[in-house]
Amino acid sequence: MAVMNIREAIVSTLHAEMERDEDIIVLGEDVVGGNGTAGGPEAIGGIWGTSPGLWEKFGPERVIDTPISESAIIGAAAGAALSGKRPVAELMFADFVGVSLDQIWNQMAKFRYMFGGKTKCPAVVRLVYGAGMQTAAQHSQSVYAMLTSMPGLKVVLPTTPADAKGLLTEALRGDDPVMFFEHKTLYGVKGEVPDGDFRQRFGEARVVREGGDVTVVACGRMVSFSEKAADKLGADGIGMDLLDLRTTSPLDEDAILESVEQTGRLVVVDESPPRCSLAADIAAMVSERAFTSLKAPPAMVTAPHSPIPFARNLERAWVPSPQKIEDAVRRVLAFR
Amino acid sequence: MQFNRDELLGAYRRMKTIRAFEERLHDEIKTGEIAGFTHLYAGQEAVAVGICDQLTVDDKIVSTHRGHGHCIAKGCDVKGMMKEIYGKAGGLCKGRGGSMHIADLEVGMLGANGIVGGGAPQAVGAAIAARLQGKGRVGIAFSGDGACNQGTTFEAMNLAVVTKVPAIFVFENNHYSEHTGDAYAVGTSNDIASRAEGFGMKAWRANGCDYFDTYSTFAQLLEYVRAGNGPAAIELDTERFYGHFEGDPQRYRGKGELDRLREERDCLKAFRARVTEAVLLSADELDAIDSEVEALIDEAVAEARADDLPDPAGVADDVYVEYY
Ligand SMILES: Cc1ncc(C[n+]2csc(CCOP(=O)(O)OP(=O)(O)O)c2C)c(N)n1
Ligand SMILES: [Mg+2]
Repeated sequence: MAVMNIREAIVSTLHAEMERDEDIIVLGEDVVGGNGTAGGPEAIGGIWGTSPGLWEKFGPERVIDTPISESAIIGAAAGAALSGKRPVAELMFADFVGVSLDQIWNQMAKFRYMFGGKTKCPAVVRLVYGAGMQTAAQHSQSVYAMLTSMPGLKVVLPTTPADAKGLLTEALRGDDPVMFFEHKTLYGVKGEVPDGDFRQRFGEARVVREGGDVTVVACGRMVSFSEKAADKLGADGIGMDLLDLRTTSPLDEDAILESVEQTGRLVVVDESPPRCSLAADIAAMVSERAFTSLKAPPAMVTAPHSPIPFARNLERAWVPSPQKIEDAVRRVLAFR
Repeated sequence: MQFNRDELLGAYRRMKTIRAFEERLHDEIKTGEIAGFTHLYAGQEAVAVGICDQLTVDDKIVSTHRGHGHCIAKGCDVKGMMKEIYGKAGGLCKGRGGSMHIADLEVGMLGANGIVGGGAPQAVGAAIAARLQGKGRVGIAFSGDGACNQGTTFEAMNLAVVTKVPAIFVFENNHYSEHTGDAYAVGTSNDIASRAEGFGMKAWRANGCDYFDTYSTFAQLLEYVRAGNGPAAIELDTERFYGHFEGDPQRYRGKGELDRLREERDCLKAFRARVTEAVLLSADELDAIDSEVEALIDEAVAEARADDLPDPAGVADDVYVEYY
C-alpha cells in the first residue's frame, strides 16, 4: 500500500493503464499544455495537474492537446471509441458538459442500444466538478444527476485515492462510456492505495460508517461532510450508517435498502439543487421499495433551487453543510 | 484621425483605470480576500477602450471571462465592479456573479462569460434586435484566440453572415488560450481574421497594443457595419501582462518575455509617448490622471472591503422573474 492523494492516484493510474493498454489515448484542453509557446509542451500538464508526464512518455499521437472545442473533444472521443480505441477525454470543468452535451447524450450514450447491441463505446470522460472554491455559477456545478438520468452512461464519483485508482481502472477496462467525476476540492485527499492491479467494481457502495440509527447516503464531497455530522451525532449517542455511493449509475440499491431496512430512517445528501436530483431519485426509490421499513419520511439535504453564487458566504449557504446534515438526521430521528 | 484634448484625456483615463484596477487586483488577490478565478485584462486596454470609445449605450457588447476591461470601457461603475469581485452586497451583481459574471445592461454590457465561446451567439441576437430598432446600432462579441476555436463562435459568424445583421466579432489575439499558444491551436496559421473572411464577412486587422491604430481601424469597420453592410470582424494583435488567471505559474512564457512585453508592447506607454511627443497633452496632465485614477481605485478597494456581505437568506432570490 502506498499513501497518496487523489490527484496522484489518478495520474499514476493513467500512466499504468496507458502502459498496459496501448489503445488508451488522452485528449483535452491543456492536458499537455505549453504547445505552441516558448515554454514548449508539458509546460503545465493539465490545469488540475492530472496529466503530467503522459505526453513525454506516450507521445503526441496518444496524448492530444485540443483547442477549446468541447463538442469536438467529446465527439472525437466517441468516434475513437467506436474505432477500437479507449479515449480518456477531459472536461476541465464539468460545467462544460453544457457545450458538449449532444456528443455525450445523443451520441456516446446511445450507440450501443441504437445499433442493436452491435457496438460498444469504451470512452471515459473525466469531469472536474463541485462547489467550494468560489468559482461561481458556470464553474462549480455537480452535473452528475443529469448524466445519471441518461441510459447508456455510467457515472462514477471517487472520494478516496483507493477508489480513484480502482474506479478509474475499472472504467478503462470496461466497455461502456463512463463519466468520471473528480471533485475539485478533493484532489488533495490522502489515503492508502492498493499496489498493483486493483479494480473497484461499479455499483458497490462503500460503507463508511455503521451506526444503525439512521442511513445517510452521499457521494462526492458530501461524504466527508456527512462524516463530520456523524462525529457530532456520535457524541450524542446517535449512530449513522453512512454509504458512499461511489457510482450513481449503476446504483447500489441493495446496500441502501438493506441499511434502511435496519434503521428505518433515510437522509440523502446531494450537492445539487433538489429538483430531479440524485437525492430525489434515491428518496423515491426507497419510498417505493422500503415503504414498510420507514419510520420517518426520507429527508433530502440539497442545495437550494438556484444557480451557484460567487460570494463566499452565499456559496457556503448554497452548499449542503455538515450542520444541515446533522439537523436532517435529528429531524428524521425525532419524527413520530 | 483627429482627436481633441478631451477625447485624448478621456481615452487615457479609461485605459489607465483598467490598468490600475487590474494591477491592484493582482496585489489584493495575494491577501486571500478575493477567491475564485480572476483573469486580468492588463495589456489589452487599447482594445476595449479603442473600441468602446466609439460606441453608444445602445450598442451592446458581450464579453468574456477576461471582462474587467470591457466593463470599464463600456462604462460600468468601477466601485460596483470592485465590490462584485470582493463578493459584496453592493456589487454590480449583488455579489452573486463575481469577476467572471459582471454585467450592466444599462450601459449595454450584456455580461462577462465563464463559458469560452458562450458570448458570440448572443452578440448576433443583440444585432438582430439592433436591426429591428433601426438606428444603426450594433452587437459586438469580444472573443479570444481560444474562443475562436469554439463551435459556437463558428455558428455565430455564419448566422450573422446569412442574416446580414450588424454583428461585430472582435478577436483579441493575446496569443494564449490558458497555457496553449495560438501557433498551436488556431489552425489558420494563427490568423483569425482570415477565418472570419472564410465565413464570408469583411475583416480588419490592427495592433491591439496601440490605441490609435485600434481606434482608426475599428472606425472603418464600424462605419461599414452601421451603414447596413452586415457583420464584420477585426483581429487585434495584443498581449496579456499577467497569467491566464491569478496564480498561473506561466511556465509557457519565454525567458524575459514579460519584461519585453512591458517594454515594447505597453499601450499606455505608447499612448503617453505619442501624445506628449506630438505636444497634444503634457506629461503633467497625464500624471494628474494617474493620481486621480489611483485614488479612485484606492477608494473602490476600501469601499469594497467595508461593504456588507450579501444576505445569505437571499441565496435563491432572483432565479426567476415570477411564480417563485
Ligand atoms: C467552454 C469552456 N472551455 C474551457 C474553459 C476554460 N478556459 C477559460 S479561459 C480559457 C482560455 C481562453 O482563451 P482565449 O479565448 O484566448 O481568451 P484569453 O484567456 O486569452 O483572454 C479556457 C480554456 C471555459 N471557461 N469554458
Ligand atoms: Mg487568448
